[in-house]
Amino acid sequence: MNTNPKNSILKTENLNIGYPGKKSGVLIAENLNIEINPAELVAVIGINGIGKSTLLRTLSGVQPALSGKIRIDGKELEKLDALSQASLISLVLTGQPVSKNLSVFELVALGRQPYTNWIGRLTKKDLRQIKKALSLVDIENLEQQKCYELSDGQMQKALIARALTQDTPLVILDEPTTHLDLYHKAYVLKLLKKLTQKTNKAIVFASHEINLALQLCDKIILMQKDKLISGSPKDLVRFDELEKVFPPDLIFFDKQSASFKIKT
Amino acid sequence: MRQLNRHTELNTRFALKVLAPTKNSDIYILNSIANLLFKNNYILVLSLLLLCVGLLTLVNLASGSVNIPVKDVIASLSNFEVSKDTWRYIVLEYRLPKAITAIITGSGLAVSGLLMQTLFRNPLAGPYVLGLSSGASLGVAIVYMGAGIFGGTFAALLLSKWSVVIASSLGSLLVLLAVMIASLKLRDTMAILIIGLMFASLTAAVVSVLSYFSPATDLQQYIFWSFGSLGNLSWEEVLVLSLFWILGIILSIACIKNLNSLLLGEQYAKSLGVSIQSNRFLVIIATSLLAGSITAFAGPIAFVGLAVPHLIRQVIPTNNHSILIPAVILGGAVLMLLCDIAAQIPGTEYTLPINAITSIIGAPVVIWLLVRKRRFLF
Repeated sequence: MNTNPKNSILKTENLNIGYPGKKSGVLIAENLNIEINPAELVAVIGINGIGKSTLLRTLSGVQPALSGKIRIDGKELEKLDALSQASLISLVLTGQPVSKNLSVFELVALGRQPYTNWIGRLTKKDLRQIKKALSLVDIENLEQQKCYELSDGQMQKALIARALTQDTPLVILDEPTTHLDLYHKAYVLKLLKKLTQKTNKAIVFASHEINLALQLCDKIILMQKDKLISGSPKDLVRFDELEKVFPPDLIFFDKQSASFKIKT
Repeated sequence: MRQLNRHTELNTRFALKVLAPTKNSDIYILNSIANLLFKNNYILVLSLLLLCVGLLTLVNLASGSVNIPVKDVIASLSNFEVSKDTWRYIVLEYRLPKAITAIITGSGLAVSGLLMQTLFRNPLAGPYVLGLSSGASLGVAIVYMGAGIFGGTFAALLLSKWSVVIASSLGSLLVLLAVMIASLKLRDTMAILIIGLMFASLTAAVVSVLSYFSPATDLQQYIFWSFGSLGNLSWEEVLVLSLFWILGIILSIACIKNLNSLLLGEQYAKSLGVSIQSNRFLVIIATSLLAGSITAFAGPIAFVGLAVPHLIRQVIPTNNHSILIPAVILGGAVLMLLCDIAAQIPGTEYTLPINAITSIIGAPVVIWLLVRKRRFLF
């Protein structure tokens, strides 16, 4: 993790995202310039269908960018092979058909795959990383549990531990708080905050939990129609940017409490 | 008295520490002990299965239309004096190739079933979802029934010894190529499953048309092929089959790591550096080598490929392919040897069709295990 310009983990230059088509394709958002530094917790926020998932998929290399550049840790994402990408970016996804017949240990151990030999043998270093991730997420006691025995919250923690085991400077999570109750939503986000401080990783997640994100994140990427704004929660509140996220007919942003309220 | 008290106190303290670990380090120690036991458990099950394969092979060699004592079976295998010379001949020239075919068939189909179930993330997938057996059956149907329809020198050419094997391979290969071309165009792995099923219906339809116009004797020959048979292979055929088997197994072992990451779903696998397309390609090739060659030599043997992975998952509760693959190899061999013993009604000359026996023995076992455990592990 060195030799990168200005130490940024992720930097995009004039990035256009969307789906390539036969004639013109579908442009979801254009001219995005994002910069994320080590140890930053970043939330991507926007209304349904604005392109949060497309942005995250493009940043994680799952989907090619229409144009523009993405640099991860100073390296151009497009030019890296799959294995090098795997050592830079790890993912936590929701709604994936993860086999529930795996034990938590086996699940977390799969994070070491980019580093293991052809048959996937775990070395002592791999085992150390796995133990470390389990203890960071505080699920050592679940190690031998099967995934079908876990609650939604525990499963989410196991998936986060798996991403940590992959030992990448950037972790991307797609809506890590869906299916969770308010307590566990706060718990997971607090955990992510703790992880950025303890591991120096940059963590980016898409979420609808604006109120929680405003309290916890170092930076928020607001996706609005036709533009994208990023900044610290304080700045976004100060410059009245949050009001523009949603249509104005139902809810409004209350500056006093820094949260959304229903119009009466 | 005082000393005794002190002793019991120490004991209680020790017991408390073991029973109620309070510190993380204690939990770790307990966990690693459990870990060790589990690992040994896998090895234990694997060695038990291996032992079963050995024993069943001996029983398989001993039983048949003539019962040969196990002592003489071992003698004929190890070049010692055998009570009757014909027994040595029967064991070496007839029963040994059949037993080896049973082992190869069972293990090969079980591995390809496992590969397909993981690739498609579908518990109903088996070795034939790619349409291999339907392709093979079309090829064989053309040989048996087409010979009558086209007649003449063509028929003579078709009915030579290797013709069924070649026709079956060509049929599988043709369907496989079609599926492969489709798979290169498709981004969604599931769609391959549907395409395989479509090819199966298509070829089944052509086979029905052929059978509609065929004389009863030709039709009977085809039906007999579709029952499957382990006992018709000469040593040289067994050799060719085992070469394909070895290739297929090596490829499957090479896929273990990628298959394990596929357990997380394709997106996660991709983020771990797995190339989905080339892994899909490798798995399909491995399955076709195994299932295609087995179908060519032993006919379309149903059930084993679908059921053995489920049976093994019930016994060994893991989805880790580095354990599952050796386990299904042994489990498949055990099931097939058992079925072959059962198919040969002891003391008589009758052999029941192997294809029926696999389901008659296997299906109740799967049902029983699922009902008993109440949990479907996949």
